[in-house]
Amino acid sequence: MPKLSIDGTEIEVVEGTTVLRACEQAGVEIPRFCFHERLSIAGNCRMCLVEQVGVPKPLASCAMPVTDGMQILTRSERVQAAREGVMEFLLVNHPLDCPICDQGGECDLQDQALYYGRVRSRYREAKRAVTDKDFGPLVKTVMTRCIHCTRCVRFMDEVAGVPELGTMGRGEDMEIVAALDGCLHSELSGNIVDLCPVGALTSKPYAFAARPWELSHTESVDVLDAAGSAIRIDSRDGRVLRVLPRVNEEINEEWIGDRARYAVDGLVVRRLDRPWLRADGAFRPVTWETALAAVATALQAAAPERTAALTGDLAGLEGMTALADLMRARGVDSVDCRQDGGAFGPGEPASWRFNASIAGIDRADAVLLIGTNPRREAPVINARFRKRWRAAGIPIARVGPVTDLTYPVTELGAEPVVLAELAQGSHPFAEVLGQARYPLIVVGSGALARPDGAVVLGLARQLADTVGAAGAAWNGFSVLQRSAARAGGLELGIVPADGGLDASGMQAAAREGRLDFLYLLGADEIDPEAFRDTFTVYQGHHADRGARHADVLLPGAAYTEQEATYVNTEGRPQQARPAHPPPGNARPDWKIFVALARELGSPLSYESLDGLRSRIEAAVPHLADIDQLPPPPPPPLAPFGDPDGALDAAPFEEIVPDYYRTCPISRASATMAACARAVADA
Amino acid sequence: MSGGAELFPGPDRAAAEEILGRYPSVHRQSAVLPLLDLAQRRNGGWLPPAVVDAVGDYLDMPSMRVRELVTFYSMFHDRPVGRYLVQVCRTTPCWLRGSDEVLAGAREELGIAPGETTPDGRFTLIEVECLGACADAPVVQINDDYHERLDGEQMRAWLRDQRRPEDD
Repeated sequence: MPKLSIDGTEIEVVEGTTVLRACEQAGVEIPRFCFHERLSIAGNCRMCLVEQVGVPKPLASCAMPVTDGMQILTRSERVQAAREGVMEFLLVNHPLDCPICDQGGECDLQDQALYYGRVRSRYREAKRAVTDKDFGPLVKTVMTRCIHCTRCVRFMDEVAGVPELGTMGRGEDMEIVAALDGCLHSELSGNIVDLCPVGALTSKPYAFAARPWELSHTESVDVLDAAGSAIRIDSRDGRVLRVLPRVNEEINEEWIGDRARYAVDGLVVRRLDRPWLRADGAFRPVTWETALAAVATALQAAAPERTAALTGDLAGLEGMTALADLMRARGVDSVDCRQDGGAFGPGEPASWRFNASIAGIDRADAVLLIGTNPRREAPVINARFRKRWRAAGIPIARVGPVTDLTYPVTELGAEPVVLAELAQGSHPFAEVLGQARYPLIVVGSGALARPDGAVVLGLARQLADTVGAAGAAWNGFSVLQRSAARAGGLELGIVPADGGLDASGMQAAAREGRLDFLYLLGADEIDPEAFRDTFTVYQGHHADRGARHADVLLPGAAYTEQEATYVNTEGRPQQARPAHPPPGNARPDWKIFVALARELGSPLSYESLDGLRSRIEAAVPHLADIDQLPPPPPPPLAPFGDPDGALDAAPFEEIVPDYYRTCPISRASATMAACARAVADA
Repeated sequence: MSGGAELFPGPDRAAAEEILGRYPSVHRQSAVLPLLDLAQRRNGGWLPPAVVDAVGDYLDMPSMRVRELVTFYSMFHDRPVGRYLVQVCRTTPCWLRGSDEVLAGAREELGIAPGETTPDGRFTLIEVECLGACADAPVVQINDDYHERLDGEQMRAWLRDQRRPEDD
């Protein structure tokens, strides 16, 4: 391992380390604009110049590999002068518009100019001006501010896999352009706003909304898909203004999808901020007391076997637990967390988890996707597949409809019969998986929500056995959930007891008049018409589909407004934290159930968040291990699913036709609607 | 890797394959510059967007990457050029040796400014930086040929000669 000295301090680094990385390891910060840890090295901004003793010219440290015996100076007069020279050139064409620039206060160029900028400009000539480009509804461009670091170009090329940005021209005439005006065809496009070191690319929906120092930061997790990306919620005056990614190497690295980032404008429209009661066909606002009394009366009047509860896609563990406890205390068996009807093997965690873990994708050496489009169901996970393909060129195949996943995919067809051939080992790709050391079998939640979902699950499981994907050291049988609540509900065992109704059973029973009372906890992805004649309570934050035929609307809190625990598709519990209190008279979900239980005269065994969390921990201990992967079930893979059942002939279908609108929040978002329109127009 | 047949029809097919053969097969994209040159020669001296995209398809390259190259290198033209592309060097040695006079001669003879094409589509006049033939300054590159040690009158005479109808 080469040794070098940095500002007189000896350090030994791994062969192939760049000088910039070595400096970071030695605790010396090197300014940079174009260099980014997760992108290829461009070496074009020259801000990272350092001096090597005995070498006449300064070095671009980001691109220079360490050699043994190097003596690097980062604070010499020459370095300072060189960086000041670079800064002066960068500022030649950069406008002095910081006071009206959204990057102001969190701008790398502004910060570095403090250390390397001249007090006055020596430049007297005309500055160049560049026409702004139309990058669609999410990314605002002010191209005159661009310093041509090409981070955005490299991100779209390398990470997003949508090579739609490029540099046109050279020298003074160089510009960043998009292949098509009006839209970037990537679910990760918002990340280029974070990557841009200046104010050339800023967030369009957040334009002129706030200065960074006015914002409160809340570290939380995203719940708009099942990856559980780490986010920071920036809010001011009780309103979420933007969402940014946090680094979590095990899940999202430092990217988030556009829905996670930009759907938050939907948090302030179509909100339920007070209880409503339907009387004579119309809703009228009522007090909490009146609303809870009405719910309690209806619930007490309904027989337990004619009562049901269904939890939705955004529900946290606390709300689901309290609802299930309340219902089960009344002898209600029909409680379900699978509003899409997914055929997960109850009681078998391996049947609903992404067992290989998201970080495990970095090890996979052959991948089979079954009935899933990860690009739309979890874009950060899709980016991880792409990263793995770029690093190792692994074979990736799919059973399902053909779409562009941003990496080459061997399409095996959308007919489920292909899965049966794979499970029997008679399909050539089964051999590819069999020869792999870390085969990864990814089953989409949509494939399991089909009428033959149990058969699909059983065959996928059988395939894992056939190719040896599920062993002690590696379990490649992985389910990709698409909603943040599902894995948590399954871990909690929120499925109907024997004789109880599942989600589709509830809808059928309601249509036939066999259901008297239904409680929907944010369940919107169902047919609300089915419950037209059932007394329905909808508890949630948006007046969305589930509220349409409800009789009582109870205002709950959104994920940015309450303490809640979510379990991501890996089975990893993570906590969402409130950025501000819920609006109006809305309340955290679990508190509503505590109040309702009191109204019913049979209080729950807990009346505080701590008490509720202790109850969850007692039931499922690992759910208290926040941020940790769950202990894997011991091999071999337990039997689940129904591999011997009959497969439907119907091909697997795309389950997320519109990435931008999948939940009550994103459906209420004007930004997401604009994105959907832009994609449709392009 | 589609588009090869339409992009390089007939004998050009062999030329394209000869170019590809110079590079390892796993690095087909290395052939992009010579193939763009070939395509430009077969398309009247410029590269229409459809041809640029076709070169990208042929080499399995995103078309954005090929467009970047076309705009980066001054030898590629993304707009139509005349049958004669007159490139007058204006870098210091040529300038000291009278490139202003050469350029003025060309302007007068053709009646166009640098960057323009004559209405008959015969000549395009542009100024360029160093052509690397300073010993014989001033230099003008016309298509693939260098014309050296020119003065304004020689420039005009040459251009006048190319206007002869029997040339057509």
